[in-house]
Amino acid sequence: MPSDRHGPRAGWGLKAATAGGVLFLHLPLLIIVLYAFSIEERSFAFPIPGFTTQWFGVAWEREDVRRALWLSVKVGAISMLVALVLGTLAAAAVWRSRFFGREAISLLLILPIALPGIITGISLRSAIGLLDIPFSTWTLVIGHATFCIVVVYNNVLARFRRTSRALIEASMDLGADGFQTLRHVILPSIATALLAGGMLAFALSFDEVIVTTFTAGQQATLPIWMLSELIRPRQRPVTNVVAVFVICVTFIPIIAAFWLTRDAQDTAGALK
Amino acid sequence: MTAAALPAPRQRGGALSGLSSFLHGRPGLLLALLLAPPLVWLGIIYLGSLFTLLAHSFFGLDEFSGVMVREVTLDTWKEFFGNASNGDVVLRSALMAAAVTAADALIAFPLAYFMVRFAGIRTRGLLYLAVMLPLWSSYLVRVYAWKLILAKEGIVSWFAQQLHLGWLLEAVLEIPVVGGPSLSTSYIGTFIVFSYIWLPFMILPIVAALERVPGSVIEASGDLGADAGQTFRKVILPLAFPGVVAGSIFTFSLTLGDYIIPSIIGKSTPFLGETVFRLQGTAGNIPMAAAFTVVPVVVMGVYLMVAKRLGAFDAL
Repeated sequence: MPSDRHGPRAGWGLKAATAGGVLFLHLPLLIIVLYAFSIEERSFAFPIPGFTTQWFGVAWEREDVRRALWLSVKVGAISMLVALVLGTLAAAAVWRSRFFGREAISLLLILPIALPGIITGISLRSAIGLLDIPFSTWTLVIGHATFCIVVVYNNVLARFRRTSRALIEASMDLGADGFQTLRHVILPSIATALLAGGMLAFALSFDEVIVTTFTAGQQATLPIWMLSELIRPRQRPVTNVVAVFVICVTFIPIIAAFWLTRDAQDTAGALK
Repeated sequence: MTAAALPAPRQRGGALSGLSSFLHGRPGLLLALLLAPPLVWLGIIYLGSLFTLLAHSFFGLDEFSGVMVREVTLDTWKEFFGNASNGDVVLRSALMAAAVTAADALIAFPLAYFMVRFAGIRTRGLLYLAVMLPLWSSYLVRVYAWKLILAKEGIVSWFAQQLHLGWLLEAVLEIPVVGGPSLSTSYIGTFIVFSYIWLPFMILPIVAALERVPGSVIEASGDLGADAGQTFRKVILPLAFPGVVAGSIFTFSLTLGDYIIPSIIGKSTPFLGETVFRLQGTAGNIPMAAAFTVVPVVVMGVYLMVAKRLGAFDAL
């Protein structure tokens, strides 16, 4: 770039490429929102012939949509709790001491999201089959919590790294025991990181479809419901409305997580 | 937190405090207690299942009943390598993954570069959010959006007609192999959607790598007489390269294993993920599905080793 050393200003080409990238990422989502208000029922015709809000009511009345929504919320919440506990423990261990295999822990934690979901899914499926475990909410939770741990771990570890050890030593020197230090010093300082990590984990779980198909059996979470509608459409406008709903439910916790950690050097949702 | 806010600790002296001082004297035990739950979960549930699956590739199917026999055999692997179409599936998936990775790197780099080097704090935060939102959310919804966009009567066709570029769209679709009856039933469509979905996974590691390029190094390059272009090529690009490699771990691996995108948008010829899905589902051939799964695991194992050499893990 011609002027990037003195008072950095980006060239037009770079600005255009950036704008293009952002549009590429977000236009498709706007289009979904647009289609949710379409009066056209059968096709994806563009431009849409007219606007209506009736599909929101229709979608809300659908029993199958509500059931799927409830299952998704339940699985997301439980997975989030499991991930919060396990991710925080792992982060605490990695932060407070050096030990053999410390590097391997990070790799092990990131593996469930770095390896294709189908591998995690089919592995869990074959293990579930081998042990004759019936499919239930819990088989879903097992799958979801596994790939959610890393999100909490990353957020909490980043916060730990900026928490001064001196603070904890001071607490101990002033006579607090380990549990008091945990409650009055450590937890308050990592609270927002926990909240941010937890919300990202919820969003990730709420949206997951690949691992879910393998661990769900006959149950339908909201993404599973959507997938079946994509393959065999029954009422397209309802699918559009549910899609908009999924966008909202997953965007809100992510924006909140971002906002919670905005002053920090580490930002929630970065891959590390 | 002020000291006064703490309850006087010595007055408690209960079991908790006893446990606390017991643990305080034994850091190894505390470490073990912290590590055990996550390690048990990931080690047993995750790695355990992974190895169970890989082990299944050494089982075979009974020739007559088609039921899996739990005896160690190499039959599945012989069949896997004996069938040329299996190689096609792997090759097709790897080519797609490579193409998607290259496209994502090209789109992601300018965006990341702008974010780190030129954007003000506010713009930067917004851009960060703009990249993160699609990263963590609405995977299926975003695939669905492309179905609306690429469908025969959809948005791309409409714009092509409005701009009198219908002929161009036709010409693109008539390209052998990658073309098809419509964008949503061609490899071009699959490629666009893959690139779109995994793009954020490429942007963030590049941002992380660029953030670590010290300003002093760039100034030094200028002081030593390099112009902006030279500085970019010889200093910034090599230092940011581990970020591209880190991003490619995700784009490559995720493309290799995804079965939903090609089954919704693209041709009927299967990719790796679809093949595995079909084998374990309708075909009920778990051993062969397991054999197919070994491919991405091995590919990604090698990939991760090379990436570690190139320093990509620091940018992850």
